[in-house]
Amino acid sequence: MDLIEKDALTLGRLIARREVSASEVVEAYLNRIEKVESMLHAFINLSGDLARRLAAEIDEKISRGENAGEFAGVPIAIKDVLSTKNFPTTCASRMLENFVPVYDATAVEKVLSAGCVMLGKTNMDEFAMGSSTENSYFGVTRNPWDTDRVPGGSSGGSAAAVAAREVPWALGSDTGGSIRQPAALCGIVGMKPTYGLVSRYGLVAFASSLDQVGPMTLNVSDCAALLGLIAGHDPLDSTSIPDEPEDYLSELNGEIRGLKAAVVKELSGEGIDPDVLRCFNEALDTLDACGVSIEEVSLSSFEYALSAYYIIAPAEASSNLARFDGVRYGFRTDHECDDVWEMYDRTRSEGFGGEVKRRIMLGTYALSAGYYEAYYAQAQKIRTLIINDYRKAWEKFDVLLSPTSPTTAFRIGEKIDDPLTMYLSDVCTIPVNLAGIPAISVPCGLSEGLPVGLQIMGPPLKELRILNVAYALEQSLNLNMRPPI
Amino acid sequence: MEFETIIGLEIHAELSTKSKMFCGCSTEFGGEPNTRTCPVCLGHPGTLPVANRKAIEYTILLGLALNCEIARRSLFHRKNYFYPDMPKNYQISQYDIPLSKNGFLEIDMGDYKRKVGITRVHLEEDTGKSIHVGESGRIHGAGRSLEDFNRAGIPLVEIVTEPDLRTPEEARNFMIELRAMLEYLGISDCKMEEGSLRCDANISIAVDGVQGTKVEIKNMNSFRALQRALSFEEKRQKEIIIGGGKIPQETRHWDEAAGVTHTLRMKEEAFDYRYFPEPDLVPLEPDPQIVEELQKSLPETPGQRLDRFIRKYGLPKDTARVLVYDKKLGDFYEEAVAKGGNPVAIAKWLAGDFVGLLNEFSIKVENSPIGPHGISELILLVERGVISGRMAKDVLKEAFQSGESPAQIVSRKGLSQIADSEEIALIVERVVDDNPQAVRDFLEGKEQALKFLMGQVMKLSRGKANPTMASEKLRELLEKRQ
Repeated sequence: MDLIEKDALTLGRLIARREVSASEVVEAYLNRIEKVESMLHAFINLSGDLARRLAAEIDEKISRGENAGEFAGVPIAIKDVLSTKNFPTTCASRMLENFVPVYDATAVEKVLSAGCVMLGKTNMDEFAMGSSTENSYFGVTRNPWDTDRVPGGSSGGSAAAVAAREVPWALGSDTGGSIRQPAALCGIVGMKPTYGLVSRYGLVAFASSLDQVGPMTLNVSDCAALLGLIAGHDPLDSTSIPDEPEDYLSELNGEIRGLKAAVVKELSGEGIDPDVLRCFNEALDTLDACGVSIEEVSLSSFEYALSAYYIIAPAEASSNLARFDGVRYGFRTDHECDDVWEMYDRTRSEGFGGEVKRRIMLGTYALSAGYYEAYYAQAQKIRTLIINDYRKAWEKFDVLLSPTSPTTAFRIGEKIDDPLTMYLSDVCTIPVNLAGIPAISVPCGLSEGLPVGLQIMGPPLKELRILNVAYALEQSLNLNMRPPI
Repeated sequence: MEFETIIGLEIHAELSTKSKMFCGCSTEFGGEPNTRTCPVCLGHPGTLPVANRKAIEYTILLGLALNCEIARRSLFHRKNYFYPDMPKNYQISQYDIPLSKNGFLEIDMGDYKRKVGITRVHLEEDTGKSIHVGESGRIHGAGRSLEDFNRAGIPLVEIVTEPDLRTPEEARNFMIELRAMLEYLGISDCKMEEGSLRCDANISIAVDGVQGTKVEIKNMNSFRALQRALSFEEKRQKEIIIGGGKIPQETRHWDEAAGVTHTLRMKEEAFDYRYFPEPDLVPLEPDPQIVEELQKSLPETPGQRLDRFIRKYGLPKDTARVLVYDKKLGDFYEEAVAKGGNPVAIAKWLAGDFVGLLNEFSIKVENSPIGPHGISELILLVERGVISGRMAKDVLKEAFQSGESPAQIVSRKGLSQIADSEEIALIVERVVDDNPQAVRDFLEGKEQALKFLMGQVMKLSRGKANPTMASEKLRELLEKRQ
């Protein structure tokens, strides 16, 4: 039995039925990591020994007939932006290279208490700022489909790890597309839930009003299962939604006949690679065949989404990242300093990478006296327009569609020196974060041997609906995409 | 040139909630440094604030007591600046939509009253505490700095007044009034020495009705310091104006030991705090029903109590003020009155000897060895003529030292006064016989001599003679001699 070809749900069932032990599963994945990790660099820190110990404990529990959790023994990878108790959490930054948190993020706690076994913390763009995972202090992650190419970002490590079967599933975080875009570029499923559905407690903040934790999986059923594990109210997060979440997995049936969908004109024309569009349009035909009516809708405010995002996200980041100052934890300059101000300057200059510093500067500027109204306040108005455009669209349509990314995976180094071109990688995913709505990226084919993702957006808390559309599409396309690695 | 001093205050008071503003840590003062902390108030990566419901209620309560409008929707903002005692390098505070605004507080200056406008009352979190090791005692030039985050995150209300105060005395009285208000609401410990009540001031001099330049003064650690600093600054600014100089807009630091202010930073060095709405918290929308309930639950204010003490008990205003502006003393007074005794006499004793002894022994009212019951007992002993006022003074002091009740002391020491008219007559006769010169003086019209003779009576009776009876007997006898 080739365990690493199974999805997480299957692995969970096999372990629960004692057809295979947790230790065997964990060992199989650690072997896989051993084999491919040097080519990919999907992880920043691996927790193999810890995982083996945990798996042994789980096996013992199971042998005693005890409940070891719904997903006991199923390996998982955690993006290194989520706090893990007693295990380094670096955010791919020199600033936190040796930082070991004293608490688990709520999402982490939930997957661990369901019995998942963490195999390691995955690589990412520093503090989740980037679209290629090239902005990691620890070096780039490579795309399993073509190791000369980026996996996307910022959750590139999680995406590559799942695509390469180093783990069956992983947690990521999405501020402007950081789950969906790498999922698309690596040919896996990735979802950004409704803002507030998953607790942000323990997610090291990039842009607090946009950040969400979400699942990155091999297929849609796993996505539904992992979302079910992490969703729900958390009293430690004031922005967490109090409602009881839906039961995503048990109601996942692919019944979408009669649904009304629309393609967002602004996200599926200009600037989108023609071959990506070809793939996307073929997938639309499939959906049409599933009984979904497909129209086109123009949401004119989207034209300004990218600009608004690059004001709001850096503004919040400039404040969120102020705590990394060398006073209480994390990196501090070795340089002899005259006073605390020099210590701040040197610590932050040496501890942060280029893109992080760029965004801190952008955000600080946008919030400065005399510029606030012209930048931050204007950006918030655009945000309101985008929310309103979506709201109007939901009056007519059940879901909205677009390609997830305007291109397939690009070459390492191709865009890193051109931030504006790099920022365009998230043009299709950003409006979703600004509006706080849920969206999923699901593989819809290959373009010149590289995966293409289709984005399905839905109204707030309609995760089940978009999961069902994704599920129906996945079943009908039956792509069985597998990276060459 | 006609000068007018214009003063406005900015006050910070720590709220006496059990837990901190955004986490569950204890707010108790003191403790080993950095023991009352958690990942949230230390600003660990990934942590989030959860607002303290009680602190919000307290702030609304204060807003209501200060006659403010309560916002239907209020926001927390982030105030961004780097300082090592601030774990996140931003303070969660309020900016353009505070919880309450547009109120007033009236102060009594004896011969006039002043209504002082309250611009706003808002809620924020306190910072930690820095100890700078080095000559300057300040962060600039410090060899190293030690940080204690026990205080970081304690809920803090900020109260900003309109520039309605006109003298340093008014500023001081405003603080007394406000502190009493906080005490009466039971929402703050108001200990300036522990830093739970802090005050900054803005002062400018208007010349012939033309507004002057505002100077901010910081670091005043007592009401007396506030008044001194403002007096110094008032004089300094007037001298500059008279000398033809200009007042620069700046922040000045009060040096208590030297009794002067000096420049802390100029206007150009002012921070840009880059305020923006705190995305980790949802807007505050106080339930109107709860606000109404809070309004109904407002306790008697110090001003109301002062009026009542004057009206109901017939107290002189000065005495009433002493009792009212120390809430616990006021409570003590009312308890004593309830136990019995003349309310005016009790007030006089409490505001006089009792407060004096508390100070002498450095004891707080609530820890007084003699309770309201004891004070009532003491006053009743005087009223019934068992002891004289003079004896009562000694009994009170004795009670402070031994912790016994006044009645116990009186009986143990056999102190009850001589109220037997025969016995008093004997003493008085002897005094009159022994002091012929004084008697002559009196008969020649020197009233002073009577006082001397009374003194002799008290001396002979070792203070036990009932003064009223003795005085009557003395006159009677002297008149006979005439």
